[in-house]
Amino acid sequence: MSANLSAVAYIGATILFILSLGGLSNPETARRGNLYGIIGMTIAVLATVLGPRVTAAGIPWIIGAMVIGGSVGLIAAKKVQMTQMPELVALMHSLVGLAACLVGFASYIDTSIQFAGADKLIHELEIYVGIYIGAVTFSGSIIAFGKLSGKIGGKPMLIPGRHAINGIAALIVIYYAYAFLQAPTVADGTVPLIVMTVIGLLFGIHMVMAIGGADMPVVVSMLNSYSGWAAAATGFMLSNDLLIVIGALVGSSGAILSYIMCRAMNRNFISVIAGGFGTGDGAKVGAGGTAQPQGEVVSISATDTAELLREAKNVIIVPGYGMAVAQAQHTVYEITKLLREKGVNVRFGIHPVAGRMPGHMNVLLAEAKVPYDIVMEMDEINEDFPNTDVSMVIGANDIVNPSAEDDPTSPIAGMPVLQVWQAKTSIVMKRSMASGYAGVDNPLFYKDNNRMLFGDAKKMLDEVLVVLKS
Amino acid sequence: MPLTIGVPKETFAGEKRVASVPDVVEKLIKLGFAVRVERGAGDAANFADAIYEAAGATIAPDAASLWSSSDIVLKVRAPNTAEVGLMKEGQTLIGFLWPAQNPELMQQLAAKKVTVLAIDALPRTLSRAQKMDALTSQAGVAGYRAVIEAANAFGRFFNGQITAAGKVPPAKVFIAGAGVAGLAAIGTAAGLGAIVRANDTRAEVADQVVSLGGEFVKVDYEEEGSGGGGYAKVMSEGFQQAQREMYAKQAREVDIIITTALIPGKPAPKLITAEMVQSMKPGSVIVDMAAEQGGNCELTEPGQAVVKHGVTIIGYTDLVSRLARQSSTLYATNLQRLTEELCKTKDGVINVNMEDDAIRGLTVIKDGEITWPAPAPKVAPAPAPKPAAAPPEKKSAHGHGAGAPMAGRSLAMLFGGGAVLFWLVGAFAPASFLSHFTVFVLACFVGYMVVWNVTPALHTPLMSVTNAISSIIAIGALVQVAPPLEGVADGRPSSWILGLAVFALVLTAINMFGGFAVTRRMLAMFRK
Repeated sequence: MSANLSAVAYIGATILFILSLGGLSNPETARRGNLYGIIGMTIAVLATVLGPRVTAAGIPWIIGAMVIGGSVGLIAAKKVQMTQMPELVALMHSLVGLAACLVGFASYIDTSIQFAGADKLIHELEIYVGIYIGAVTFSGSIIAFGKLSGKIGGKPMLIPGRHAINGIAALIVIYYAYAFLQAPTVADGTVPLIVMTVIGLLFGIHMVMAIGGADMPVVVSMLNSYSGWAAAATGFMLSNDLLIVIGALVGSSGAILSYIMCRAMNRNFISVIAGGFGTGDGAKVGAGGTAQPQGEVVSISATDTAELLREAKNVIIVPGYGMAVAQAQHTVYEITKLLREKGVNVRFGIHPVAGRMPGHMNVLLAEAKVPYDIVMEMDEINEDFPNTDVSMVIGANDIVNPSAEDDPTSPIAGMPVLQVWQAKTSIVMKRSMASGYAGVDNPLFYKDNNRMLFGDAKKMLDEVLVVLKS
Repeated sequence: MPLTIGVPKETFAGEKRVASVPDVVEKLIKLGFAVRVERGAGDAANFADAIYEAAGATIAPDAASLWSSSDIVLKVRAPNTAEVGLMKEGQTLIGFLWPAQNPELMQQLAAKKVTVLAIDALPRTLSRAQKMDALTSQAGVAGYRAVIEAANAFGRFFNGQITAAGKVPPAKVFIAGAGVAGLAAIGTAAGLGAIVRANDTRAEVADQVVSLGGEFVKVDYEEEGSGGGGYAKVMSEGFQQAQREMYAKQAREVDIIITTALIPGKPAPKLITAEMVQSMKPGSVIVDMAAEQGGNCELTEPGQAVVKHGVTIIGYTDLVSRLARQSSTLYATNLQRLTEELCKTKDGVINVNMEDDAIRGLTVIKDGEITWPAPAPKVAPAPAPKPAAAPPEKKSAHGHGAGAPMAGRSLAMLFGGGAVLFWLVGAFAPASFLSHFTVFVLACFVGYMVVWNVTPALHTPLMSVTNAISSIIAIGALVQVAPPLEGVADGRPSSWILGLAVFALVLTAINMFGGFAVTRRMLAMFRK
């Protein structure tokens, strides 16, 4: 295949990728969008393999690598539980980051590509930047994966003077960029490159460690954006337009997605990225406890819950991460079906940041085959709570915390929340009285019209289901 | 100082509705307003003055005192000349107005330096606005009443029965136009046990018809009839021919026809000809809900029920008023929702926020200045074009994904910064870099445009697919595996590069296959 032919194939692939992203913005066209993506990727890979930059000697290696990687990927995709989706996506981002690093190093030590003057300078700068972004993406994603899968605690880890540390790290990176660009030979340049890579890795770890668990959806989306920028940087370094275009597409769309999510939480993008929860420093997280909510917690049994649900006319279910952890979505739908057959109007209220990934709850409910026309967004459903008999909160906490509205000193003040307490009765299913991911106490539990159903969400819901069926 | 909301008695002949009902008055008072109701305003809708007073309203003895003491006036029908005369500067009027049909009234109101919110000018496609959609709530009432009127004039049962006294076939009802009124009619008629068929030029409503228990009758002709904003448009000649044949066939078969076909700003289309009426069975009934706009049936006499060729043709224009208590309650609730939007602070003071799409659409006169028609509502609440070009550069340079688009006022600064950055690139970078740079910046914009309107439900699949797509970095590894090396100096550490590239390729392949497979799995689960 000639250079021109593969260039044309690249244009085709680019169009398909744009259609793919566009298709994903609407449930009706989403599946086609994914298909476009697959076709685009196939075209891009084939055009490269058959193009002028790959000789026959490389084909067996390529096929081998693709088969190994492809089968690992397919198996992982098949095995993964829908509730582990956020972890998987985070882990996959790290792969892209690492790949970007490797390609960057390979490109640097490759002496077959020679530039001079400004071209050389730019080429090396591109390598430097590409590897740096790749390293940050890689280590950041690994940490995000750890936090999401519970291997690392969710609380933000805030080193004193962390902004200063970040600043110094940035200065070192810039200094070594200078050293790297001045290096006369490949061997001389390798040391600054490796130092910078290590700093990049540390920076990625530090950055994500400092971000609270409740902000993880934003982080996952942001890392997604990084992996795109890494691809774009690689494109610059290899003078490959396809990589640049797709990298920029992924990068900007990820950035926009993060921004949309921050807006949904009423959080400032910069302060989320800068780490910590809200504006304050380490002490702030505990400060929510100063205003201890007053009142008594009233618990309720599964049988009584079933009675309440049976007698209700309007029910709104608010799922959260607890439902995902307990794998309770199928039982939730069984209950929903049963109640709907009895003429109860059951709907779901989804907070934009419920779960650990944007749209996490929608995915789980879709898996349980809950029709998406009864799944409402926060804005659509919030004003219906006063007309609701029972609102049932399954494993959610911060997104239904009234102190976000009433208590200006609360760390989550100003974040829009689902007003479940406006319903005649609210039932909160929780394992214990522990506070949510944001580490804030929840006055909802102490309200007069609130009942607590303690226990594992799945087990409790199963009991409710049995009573409802009898 | 809390404002006073006034509810006058409707003056239009035959209008029985009232713009607010006692339950809603109570809620308005909770919002901080004082409410004043004209004596006898709710009589025709069975809301006595005493009940209003019990809800906390004060009663004004006559229209003049009501209008003079109110800051906000809630009405159903557009005001007549006398009422306009009673208005005072700075007053706010909320009600049906039909600005397109009433240009003179608009001029008169503007001359009075008042603010007018026309509930009929609400941008109905905005889902947030649905709670204020009085056209919908009133159309639903009309659709219900149309079936009741038809049942009243029809000499038989609606439902089929097999009794000792013989077999009764179910009535067949055909409903032309499945808008809100049509759908309400379908539901009501099906609820009474009739066999219901319905047709609409917009094919997408077929599901809604079926969901209410009706049968969707297709016109045997391919053409899409959605005219934007959820209304129907005028169809082509060929389509109309096919449609006429379909109507003629239905007319011969059914017992009751209810027509609801309206095209905004145009006389109602004549769907039912005199011959079709003739072909109907004696004792059949036609309810023409479009009578006020000229009628869908050639023989309709607006405002009257007439019998022609043995068929009762009902052309009442006051179907909604015939169910005044219900329609007033719904309308009052719509206005209450609107008031809540206007008074977010709940302190009895309204703020006509022209930045809000819904409020902007409703506001036809602002302080004496005609602001109708409103510009088309923005699809996304995007505060001006985002400077997506400038932040991405910063990102790729610092490895920092902080791409939060800024507020409008810092836009100029950002554009300035972007310009400087571009100038630097243009001044120092070599030509080969520039062409890549162009591509990069444009692609950033495309990504921004494509993703901005994604529905929240799809965030996870979108992220998953972009993740899969970012494995395009495989291309970088591919070109390093075994590039053509003729004429290259020795010393290239080929085995090292090969190792790195192959390893990178394995990683990206995991991501590529895994990413697309996971997305596919997720999307397979989304269903309606």
